[in-house]
Amino acid sequence: MSVKTLEIDGRMLTGRTGETVFAVAWDHGIQIPRLCHVGGLSDVGACRLCLVEIEGRKRLQASCLTLIEEGMVVKTATPKLKSHRKLIVELLLAERNHVCSVCVMNGECELQDLAASHGVDHVRLRYQFPSLPVDTSHERFGIDHNRCILCTRCVRVCDEVEGAHTWDVCGRGTASHIISDLGEPWGESDTCTSCGKCVQVCPTGALFSKGKTVAEMRKDRGFLKYIVTAREKKQWIG
Amino acid sequence: MTASPPAATVKDNREKLLERAMSRYQYSGDALIEVLHTAQELYGFLPPALLKTIAHKLRLPASRVLGVASFYHFFSLQPKAAHTFVVCLGTACYVAGALGLVEALDRSGAKPGSSGAKNDVSVQTARCIGACGLAPALIYDGVVHARATPQLIKAELERIGVK
Amino acid sequence: MTFEELCGKQTEEVERQQALKNRIMCCTAAGCLSCGADGLRQAISAEIAAQGRQADVELCGSGCMGMCSRGPLVLSAACNRLYGNVAPADAAALVSADPAATETLADRAIDLDSPFFSKQTRIVLANSGHVDPEKLADYIAAGGYQSLGKALTAMSPRDVVEEVKKSGLRGRGGAGYPTGLKWELVMKQIPQVKYVVCNADEGDPGAFMDRSVLEGDPHRVLEGMAIAGFAVGAQQGFIYVRGEYGLAIQRLQTAIKQAEREHLLGARILDSGFQFRIDLRVGAGAFVCGEETALIASIEGKRGEPRQRPPYPPESGLWGAPTLINNVETFANIPPIVQNGGDWFASVGTASSKGTKVFALAGKIVNTGLIEVPMGTTLRTILFDIGGGIPEGKFKAAQTGGPSGGCIPEQFLDTPVDYESLVTIGSIMGSGGLIVMDDKSCMVDVARFFMEFCMDESCGKCIPCRAGTVQMHDILHRMTRGDATEDDIEMLETLSGLLRETSLCGLGQTAPNPVMSTLKYFRDEYEAHIRERRCPAGLCQMESQLEEAMA
Ligand SMILES: Cc1cc2nc3c(=O)[nH]c(=O)nc-3n(C[C@H](O)[C@H](O)[C@H](O)COP(=O)(O)O)c2cc1C
Ligand code: SF4
Ligand code: FES
Repeated sequence: MSVKTLEIDGRMLTGRTGETVFAVAWDHGIQIPRLCHVGGLSDVGACRLCLVEIEGRKRLQASCLTLIEEGMVVKTATPKLKSHRKLIVELLLAERNHVCSVCVMNGECELQDLAASHGVDHVRLRYQFPSLPVDTSHERFGIDHNRCILCTRCVRVCDEVEGAHTWDVCGRGTASHIISDLGEPWGESDTCTSCGKCVQVCPTGALFSKGKTVAEMRKDRGFLKYIVTAREKKQWIG
Repeated sequence: MTASPPAATVKDNREKLLERAMSRYQYSGDALIEVLHTAQELYGFLPPALLKTIAHKLRLPASRVLGVASFYHFFSLQPKAAHTFVVCLGTACYVAGALGLVEALDRSGAKPGSSGAKNDVSVQTARCIGACGLAPALIYDGVVHARATPQLIKAELERIGVK
Repeated sequence: MTFEELCGKQTEEVERQQALKNRIMCCTAAGCLSCGADGLRQAISAEIAAQGRQADVELCGSGCMGMCSRGPLVLSAACNRLYGNVAPADAAALVSADPAATETLADRAIDLDSPFFSKQTRIVLANSGHVDPEKLADYIAAGGYQSLGKALTAMSPRDVVEEVKKSGLRGRGGAGYPTGLKWELVMKQIPQVKYVVCNADEGDPGAFMDRSVLEGDPHRVLEGMAIAGFAVGAQQGFIYVRGEYGLAIQRLQTAIKQAEREHLLGARILDSGFQFRIDLRVGAGAFVCGEETALIASIEGKRGEPRQRPPYPPESGLWGAPTLINNVETFANIPPIVQNGGDWFASVGTASSKGTKVFALAGKIVNTGLIEVPMGTTLRTILFDIGGGIPEGKFKAAQTGGPSGGCIPEQFLDTPVDYESLVTIGSIMGSGGLIVMDDKSCMVDVARFFMEFCMDESCGKCIPCRAGTVQMHDILHRMTRGDATEDDIEMLETLSGLLRETSLCGLGQTAPNPVMSTLKYFRDEYEAHIRERRCPAGLCQMESQLEEAMA
């Protein structure tokens, strides 16, 4: 397997051919922010938080979809990138109804973490206050559309790992929302296997386990790597 | 597009025609959009049961079929009204005052995007129907009217009994 | 049919047409159809029968003749005249072509020497208005499929690509990427299965060039695609056409059938070893599907969501295969380039923008319609000589590039229209929509209009575009209601930067353009809305005024 050397944030790093800038950076402790990426699933480049500057490229590049090249020079945290990321987080907070104080994921939410790490103490944009439903028809889980950021992790895990493809995105633009099957209540879905993977990968409190308190609602996002390596390599490593 | 009696024979025929469209594409999932076009032509709109059948025959997840159908504005998930006004809101029509047409329809109680509103009139807006030279353009029940006016709309609405 | 047979057919048809006493071309493009061209055509046809002239008078439909504002239009070969505003009552005079009888039509004759015609150069539209789009023989008589024959019999794929490179042709779909280079990229790909796709999704809400070409001269696009297929090594083509374009779809279907029957498409084209099929894919109402990766997703039966590039379609496109995607007008330029050579084409236009560009003129202008001018023509020539100027009121701005473009103010009227110059003044060439605004148009409202369009058409995949367009529209909407502050202008600029730099596809990246260009040239209008709660154009209904009116 051939190896490539590149510079990220002033450090000379190596990675394997075919690896993404994002993966190599994280392997070396450079934590590029992300919301749509989750290890073990295909990448879509939708959240735009992982954008980085690459010397010689006109546009900012989504590091989760950019393969490393020999001699690449990457910057992951310039003032411009930071201010873009901050505004993206604000856009998300204003788009739907994220009320952390009453959320089961309070303290465990990736969006909340990002807001904190990017210094979002108030939102400079108008809140849109859409009126969105909460579906609690499933016996074990629920989906609260007010907290959904449309990262499509649930859609991908259900399709790519569980193989059920219960979830998909309906509508488009700002009217986009996650549906199960033909938009029936989740509890009536005849494809859902109740495996709970979607709940585990959801970065916010949009998908949750019912009847759990804040303390119990810790999501284990490392499980995915376990399943994927088990399936692909037949190795059961935790 | 509206079904006419005898319902039973028409229905059988439609099923057969849809089946034929799907087999022409070897029931390939790639042909989903073509199949939805045909289904909408035959049935006028795409009710859940129809989407379910299509998903089943093309061996696609149901959520993906609805995801695709709802992405494209051409596909209608609700039945159409008896009379349709399509107001063009392309740039040329907009500059020529097409909003006045929307307002005229609005006043009658029929709002853009509404289907089967008051007295079964549906009002839709379009982004450029390609008649920019004749702005503002209005399509009323399939017929293009050039340089449409609120007066024209008022007269048409009166004719079909909407005040 | 072999190449020789094709040439024979051409001579035969030309002779047949010359032997006729009169050929009446009746414009049947959408513009004229919506002002009664169909009834007129029937009346003329009935009149030919009534006068017993079936043998020596022929009635044909034709593509757009350009002067849409004077429709329905009729061209009479015997009188050598183009008539506007023709009514069914004129049928008898047109059929007889008798000088005394056509006297009644004299004042409706359109002066073919007027600047509207003399300042135009027609390459793409050469056949529009002269060839019946539903008759293959007509296209062949006008030299159709000769270029395909030439490519197949006298050129190698490499030669064709070189000729296109030499021509300097750049994509007419908006971005202006050099067509020859794109073809070369696809040609060099190793995989055996490749595709050619024609982007006929024309989404700019003020443009109808591609539709007119497809309706008026469909075979030319098919021929251009077949030549492309030969050059890049593809055997399958798709035309992705907007669902709203019913007539274009119908004419394309007819044209494909005709061409297949004569072995101009399908297997063993012109008796050579080359085979090429073309299938239609009908869009379903999503502007973003004009973006090439979204278009590919849509042909594959998926939601029309763009994906990250690279890989670009020439490397990995439809079903992962190398795919050449070009615009309708780009393909329409190919047959004349192959016929007359790249040097000939490169002699028209400017140093970096070769050939001509078709524009759809609309808005506050006398001659609305379809025009074609050499690249480098100034806006003033286009709007005032060809377009006939502003009917009433004063010129304020010309909008090019639709929702991805900008508004060009009066001080730039003498700018030559080419790819680079338009970018320098804050707009883009776009696909060719050209909308004229006068002093009754409010530039803040225009910016709001385009932002609303982008918001409605955003696919929703990436956050900056999905949520950013909503916020920008919210601010612009409040401005037009007199409910905004100076801070809002700053936030508009900040959001513009975000969308431009971080959006996944061209839709979000260019959505701020109309806002940025109006802010640049018409900032005073923004300030009037904010500081004085007043709309200089008198268009926006301010909240304070509404309240007053209610009280
Ligand atoms: C949002 C968006 C919409 C587009 N719409 C069209 C369109 O309607 N027609 C078109 O030919 N190109 C359109 N394009 C450009 C295409 O992506 C592509 O560049 C073009 O079809 C390439 O053909 P060309 O090189 O011949 O111009 C669009 C691009 C974007 C980003
Ligand atoms: S920029 Fe807009 S249209 Fe393009 S991918 Fe993002 S959300 Fe979709
Ligand atoms: S993690 Fe790369 S775009 Fe979201």
